[in-house]
Amino acid sequence: MLFEIEVNGKTIKAKRGDTLLMALERNGIKVPTLCHIKDLLPSGACRMCVVEVEGRRGLIPACSHPVEEWMKVRTHSPRVIKARKTNTELLLSNHPDDCLYCERNGNCELQKFAEDLNVRERRFYGKKNKYKTDPSSASLLRDPAKCILCGRCIRVCEEIQKITALDFIGRGNKTQVGPAFNKGMNLSSCINCGQCVMVCPTGALAEKQYPAKLQDALHNPVMKTVIQCSPTLSVTLAEEFGLRAGKDIEGVMYAALRKLGFDYVFDTSFAADLLVYEQATEFFERLKSGANLPMFSSCCPAWIKYIEQSNPDLLTNVSACKSPQQMLGSLITNHFAPQAGIAIDDIYSVSAMPCIAKKFESQREQMTIKGITDVDLVLTTRELARLIRLNGIDIGQVDPELSDQPYQSRSSAGKMLAVSGGLTEAVIRTLHFVITGKDTNLFKLQELRSTKGRKEYFVKIGEYKLGFAVVNGIGNVEALISEIRKGRTDIHYIEVMACEGGCVGGGGQPIHPENDNVKARAKSIYELDEKESNRFAHQNASLQAVYTSFLQNPGSEISHAHLFTTYEEREVMR
Amino acid sequence: MQATLDEIINRYKPGSRESLLPLLQDIQIEFGYLNEEAILKVGRHIKLPSGKVYGIATFYDQFRFVQKGKFHIKVCRGTSCHMHGSANILREVERVLNIKEGQTTRDGRFSLEAVSCMGACGSAPVMNVNGEFKTTIAMADIAQIIDLYRNTI
Repeated sequence: MLFEIEVNGKTIKAKRGDTLLMALERNGIKVPTLCHIKDLLPSGACRMCVVEVEGRRGLIPACSHPVEEWMKVRTHSPRVIKARKTNTELLLSNHPDDCLYCERNGNCELQKFAEDLNVRERRFYGKKNKYKTDPSSASLLRDPAKCILCGRCIRVCEEIQKITALDFIGRGNKTQVGPAFNKGMNLSSCINCGQCVMVCPTGALAEKQYPAKLQDALHNPVMKTVIQCSPTLSVTLAEEFGLRAGKDIEGVMYAALRKLGFDYVFDTSFAADLLVYEQATEFFERLKSGANLPMFSSCCPAWIKYIEQSNPDLLTNVSACKSPQQMLGSLITNHFAPQAGIAIDDIYSVSAMPCIAKKFESQREQMTIKGITDVDLVLTTRELARLIRLNGIDIGQVDPELSDQPYQSRSSAGKMLAVSGGLTEAVIRTLHFVITGKDTNLFKLQELRSTKGRKEYFVKIGEYKLGFAVVNGIGNVEALISEIRKGRTDIHYIEVMACEGGCVGGGGQPIHPENDNVKARAKSIYELDEKESNRFAHQNASLQAVYTSFLQNPGSEISHAHLFTTYEEREVMR
Repeated sequence: MQATLDEIINRYKPGSRESLLPLLQDIQIEFGYLNEEAILKVGRHIKLPSGKVYGIATFYDQFRFVQKGKFHIKVCRGTSCHMHGSANILREVERVLNIKEGQTTRDGRFSLEAVSCMGACGSAPVMNVNGEFKTTIAMADIAQIIDLYRNTI
């Protein structure tokens, strides 16, 4: 039911049951927020969203106060502005003044508050935080000194991802955010999904980075630098350069990477096709034998760490296929390098991913041969964009180029791994071929393209009646696992992506606290699938060539040696 | 005989989050502090992630995370003691023992805790060693007081 309230002298419509903040936002009135996360219950801790309501003595937090009919609200009165400004100044009082050296310089919410509210001098001198950074995780760098205790990371981790690796420790001015016993993140139950990084307003949480290592490799004349780009990158990178969200700049990206000095540029979508073909074959084998069903997907490294630490008894149900990043990494070392006549030691293999868990994955013991990693360095979308800017490359002035042989072509199925449900669609297409020998016309499975946390799709392929489930957002997976433990048998294949929306919503993607570009990126991927001439992973010409010359056929011994992996039970502080 | 950790935990219903604090209190009464094993086990029993258990436990001043020393020293930091310079007293104790508040000396002899008020405001500043009050103390007395316990068996 709608009713009217007065805001800043104007009448606006409000809906009963809404919070004041929702009512204001619906009418285009902006109130700054800090601890607020959309779609979660308000916490009302930061007091940045306070407004003045006539007849009320104190200021009222808009995020948590229900809108009421009698309200006369002032959102930017001098009193409100003063309160917000004081609030910001207090947050700054113990904040390290190292903005210039900070990861989030220019993209920091605290910095923006200070600027918007005209904070021009230091009125409050607090004791500076002297916490040490926590470099223990392979993916995540935690700098508690920069933390302003808004609690968003804690809430995302607990309420959305349901991992609860972080919590407030201590109380009063000694409060910190940290994992259990304030130990290293590497010992915690953190799955490296990076959603905490995406919501952190400051530089307290960021991905682990090694810019110097990469520069050394790029400028070492002996080293051959190779980079592979995730299917997600081409539809995301444009945002970082002020272009439309979701714009596909695949060719431009490859050209820019060559300008950066990479000797070879590959598309991970090729390996995504490879994964789909191998996984569909593996799945068919399991269907025939009836063993280890349902089969879980394995391409999300955050999900893999999750199941290793929480449900180790189900590890036999996880597909043994490596993720596309590691498949291509392995092919580069074992297939490309010998073919191109490059010594394995002279290859520096980099990947660009929308993900920070991929950093962890590349360091997994199972992904190394005699301690040498297949993928030496993983960059996030953000890091790659920064690298392009660092080298003064103007994206608008670069002519598109193709990626390199022998992994040049790809299908749109491989590209679909960027979105939640895309892997399943791709697997269904190839599975149809693997089972029946014919290509399907099962495209555009709307059941798998919604934004729900769990999607299910049932179809008959050949003589098999199959159920496919897709989970995105690791917080949604435990419910499905318990259904299966209780005896649910109609699901045979389960795709799990730890981030909401799949990789397009990954923890390594550009951080825009205010706009949500995930949908635009997904839309772009689906459009690409509509237009593409080859929509089947198994019809990828480069892939077929690699099978002929090297891998023989899906599930072969050589495939198993290079493209398959093992998992281990993990003891963490849960 | 001392109750084992598992015995204490099993007094409470599995999955009952509301029993977190009484459970932690029981463990602390029995063992004098909460160690990692206790926190992990409690979390598993009442189905609460250990990070959460640790976070909540650290919120309350009553919980300790290191074993108490043979002599447990409480320095009052209440208002009256504060007015009589208890900040300096605390700093001096920390200096003499070479530990920080909340810690235990390496030999396990002393542990130090800052408390809010011990109800002896008239004799401020006060400290308390294993229940024994030391009243209207001065910074210069500290080393002597501690030496007294250092040599006691």
